[in-house]
Amino acid sequence: MTEFALILLSTILVNNFVLVKFLGLCPFMGVSRKLETAIGMALATTFVLTLSSVSSYLVNEYILAPLDLEYMRTIMFILVIAVVVQFTEMVVHKTSPLLYNVLGIFLPLITTNCAVLGVALLNIKEQHGFIQSLFYGFGAAVGFSLVLILFSALRERINVADVPEAFQGTSIALITAGIMSLAFMGFAGLIKV
Amino acid sequence: MLTVIITLAVIACIFGLLLAYSAIRFKVEGDPVVDQIDALLPQTQCGQCTYAGCRPYAEAMAKGEADINQCPPGGEVTIIALADLLDVEVKPLNAEHGEAKQLPTVVRIDEQTCIGCTLCIQACPVDAILGAAKQMHTVIESECTGCNLCIPPCPVDCIDIVAIQPTVRTWTAELPDAAFAAPHAR
Repeated sequence: MTEFALILLSTILVNNFVLVKFLGLCPFMGVSRKLETAIGMALATTFVLTLSSVSSYLVNEYILAPLDLEYMRTIMFILVIAVVVQFTEMVVHKTSPLLYNVLGIFLPLITTNCAVLGVALLNIKEQHGFIQSLFYGFGAAVGFSLVLILFSALRERINVADVPEAFQGTSIALITAGIMSLAFMGFAGLIKV
Repeated sequence: MLTVIITLAVIACIFGLLLAYSAIRFKVEGDPVVDQIDALLPQTQCGQCTYAGCRPYAEAMAKGEADINQCPPGGEVTIIALADLLDVEVKPLNAEHGEAKQLPTVVRIDEQTCIGCTLCIQACPVDAILGAAKQMHTVIESECTGCNLCIPPCPVDCIDIVAIQPTVRTWTAELPDAAFAAPHAR
């Protein structure tokens, strides 16, 4: 049990995918303008990331490994992720048309979120088992959601703040992200490995 | 090599079938009434009904928020068809939204006068005007729906309304009584 708690803690705070590993920066900057869309994106990404982490583990373990095709991993995982995203899009369209409209183009764009492929590949690199992959994917997604929602709340407040002209818009957002990243690096002292 | 191709092909097929199944399982059904109403509207996307286009107007009518007599380009024919579909009384066209036209028209830009300001391009709901900044603009007549939305923004008044003249392809013999009412109607 401690092991899973450690995986969660590690992926959410210490090795946060966005702010420490710098994966998935595109949606992090793109969808964080409004808190509502950020929450929607966070939910969709959580679902996709967890599911794709598990299914890519299964594909690797039971299809690629027995056939000695491990060098086809990347392309295979991209295929798996694309299918999972497409599936998610259909489910969201059916269950919540409002969320579907809010997310718009960002839902299919989860396919190109490198954090998703990153999680799948890191699972293999760190030789995770099934449950570990599940927790790793879920933790990464929660970490992504956490910083995305925090960041969008920050940006909503920055929008009404008196920012010097040279820093307005994207530049202040990037600076904020950088400071957030510094703060998250501080979590590295939390666990001694 | 062959194993790779076969494996990838098989897996892709399985995924394809999975997606096909979920596409059927999670099919989103649109509102059939909206589709039917939308089919009756003239699709000029002119916005004279105060809605953003024909589809939003159809959705508003299906919800009962809009009346059936707000579509000037459609005119009386559309109102009668809508009344028939929705089972309501036929009403005259609401004058607030504009007047019905007797003839189908398009607009034409007087190319000598045009200064290339692109204002009419921005106003056109169907992208029927071709041109660029400080270049001469022209109307693609086959795309023009005759909504006349480009006329008010033009700073030099170089856009004219012209009736569609029948060509060899579009000409049909006029009905005897229609010939009295509207000499050029189709």
